[in-house]
Amino acid sequence: MKHTIAVLVNNKPGVLAKVAGLFARRGYNIDSLVVNATIDGNYPDPQGDKYSRMTIVVDDENDPRIMDQIEKQLNKLIDVVHLSDHTQTQIVRRELALIKIHATPEQRSEVFTVCQVFRALIVDIGEGAITVEVAGAPDKIDALVDVLRPYGIVELVRTGRVVLARGERMT
Amino acid sequence: MAKIRGSQALMRVLKEQGVEVIFGIPGGVTIPIYDALYDEPSIRHILVRHEQAAALAAEGYARRSGKVGVCLATSGPGATNLVTGIANAMMDSIPIVAITGQVRTKAIGRDSFQEADVTGITMPITKHSRLVTRPEDLIETLREAFYIARTGRPGPVLVDLPADISTSEMEWVKPHPNGDFKLEGYRPPGEGDPQAITEAARLIGASKRPILYLGGGAMNASQEVRALARKANLYVVNTLLGKGIYPETDRQSLGMPGMHGTVYASYAINHCDLMIVVGARFDDRVTGDLNTFAPEAKVIHIDIDPAEIGKNRAADVAIEGDAKLVLQPLLEQVRPRKRGKWEDRLDEYRAEHPLLVPDCEELTPQHVIQAVYEVTHGEAVVATEVGQHQMWAAQLYLAKEPRQFLSSGGLGAMGYGFPAAIGAQVASPDAVVFDIAGDGSIQMNIQELATATYEKLPVKVAIINNGYLGMVRQWQELLYQKRYSGVTLAGNPDFVKVAEAYGATGRRVTTREEVRPALEWSLTITDRPCFLDFRVSPEECVFPMIPAGKSFADLWETHSAASKGDDR
Repeated sequence: MKHTIAVLVNNKPGVLAKVAGLFARRGYNIDSLVVNATIDGNYPDPQGDKYSRMTIVVDDENDPRIMDQIEKQLNKLIDVVHLSDHTQTQIVRRELALIKIHATPEQRSEVFTVCQVFRALIVDIGEGAITVEVAGAPDKIDALVDVLRPYGIVELVRTGRVVLARGERMT
Repeated sequence: MAKIRGSQALMRVLKEQGVEVIFGIPGGVTIPIYDALYDEPSIRHILVRHEQAAALAAEGYARRSGKVGVCLATSGPGATNLVTGIANAMMDSIPIVAITGQVRTKAIGRDSFQEADVTGITMPITKHSRLVTRPEDLIETLREAFYIARTGRPGPVLVDLPADISTSEMEWVKPHPNGDFKLEGYRPPGEGDPQAITEAARLIGASKRPILYLGGGAMNASQEVRALARKANLYVVNTLLGKGIYPETDRQSLGMPGMHGTVYASYAINHCDLMIVVGARFDDRVTGDLNTFAPEAKVIHIDIDPAEIGKNRAADVAIEGDAKLVLQPLLEQVRPRKRGKWEDRLDEYRAEHPLLVPDCEELTPQHVIQAVYEVTHGEAVVATEVGQHQMWAAQLYLAKEPRQFLSSGGLGAMGYGFPAAIGAQVASPDAVVFDIAGDGSIQMNIQELATATYEKLPVKVAIINNGYLGMVRQWQELLYQKRYSGVTLAGNPDFVKVAEAYGATGRRVTTREEVRPALEWSLTITDRPCFLDFRVSPEECVFPMIPAGKSFADLWETHSAASKGDDR
């Protein structure tokens, strides 16, 4: 089963390497990892430069002990301030993708229609190619990619998943 | 306020943290630090001859004294030479602070002369590490290093100090009241969950066949452990790192279980219905095959590191906390209970399966170690290297007190014992300190004869000289049809002459009759190290033995059991 863990870390040099190294040496697989500067109301940070948020998607290989160890080992890193597993909780999940497809001028309107359904944006149009931006839950992006595949995908980038807990609850 | 240089700030923090001694070797980028050290007579610098020994001596000092050990090395090769010692401190949870020089901040990342990414290299083998990139971070980073090293589950912390940080000027930052401060991501557990402690007391009360199982994490809870064992009438087993926390000379002690432990300690684990595990991590050298380890036992696991609980063996009652703070209320809540049948069973089994030592005319390793034990009345501080001699020392040198037996347990680093003994002798100048060594291991840090001689440290080194890398030879004999590959130490030096060449002293011993006089003579030497070269029977094997990954049922009690090999 895939787990999504949100990890608040100190924004210091080498922290990403420490987290990534931990996963590598203990043999846990990272599906995706997103990291950026963040704000967390529980941890005052007037300058906005003290913390980063890592959102990590991992596969527990159906062994509950693996998630237990991942959480405990991450917590042992001094630079990990807080972490929580959001797999079983109410969350907003988003991922962003940029998809460049082959599209002749004649095919453009068809692509526009598809994009409307998925609430995707056309962000660039070239002579034979269109670039689409889509944000949403990962399965929605998967679905759009499937629909666009017949046109011929030239390039595709995805950001990896970010999450926030719903309502008043903190992530 | 007058500004001070980074290197002076380092000295101030060291003094503030109570550091009396550091082990190190200078180099290009640490000259500013050594220049500041020149003005600090209160900090003793011990010049070792290889940085690995600096880390291991700091580690031995910490293991013996309970204080944070400090080592200091230059950038590049100086720093990389520390690696084995740092890994050793990580595996055995020993508090050291390693300070390394680094090239100037502007030169980092350009493959500069003597540049190595030491925070990167040591990332998996440090509790924490930090490269200081701004002068204003230096003082707090150093304080943080000591705080992290000594609190929670102790471990090594590395601070990498670029040359320009050492020379730049900065404001002194006053220490925090109580010397403590808050790190947001670091909250070591303290007292333990009271409900879990009550449940533990209930389980102990209900148990018919309990065993108290001690690891190095119980080191600072020796009094509580002893009181608990007495009050609840618990028989005790201890890991290699747990030696002496409960006196191994006591009737309730069964000694060390596992691969080369006593048969009766392994028997007790195999048949107990409850294990009260304090500060131990179910190392594979203890458990063998996890699926058949302690098959009937419920587990109460007390550990300061939550990640150890449930890592190798599931716990029925998990208590995250400081052993001392958990055992105090547990001790109040347990009820005395006699378990005559279980105790009789263990006593009888112990009488039937004692630790066997060879009964022969030859000079055997076991005879030498027993003699060391007798001549020192079991009161010496004993460091070991790694290998057969280490296991014999663990079996035969019964420890009475914590911090008496210093050994590289988790990492199993040959070359540990001599520098560790040096560190221990520095920590305890009046103690008799022995390094029980092999002829292979001692050569991994033999250059420290210079250090110990110059510092007038009367460390005694009992070299169990069998001319082999003995533990590997033993496996090759028992498991690889005596195909001895790469284990013959032809070309060994004359160890006595080596010692003498350094200005130390020594004696060679070839017969049983010479053992005691030589040991007694070594005790009279108080101003220099002493090498005793015991030429022992070369093909002795360590028994009992449970081969790696096997179970109590596969235990070889003697050589003849091992020779039957596969048909068991």
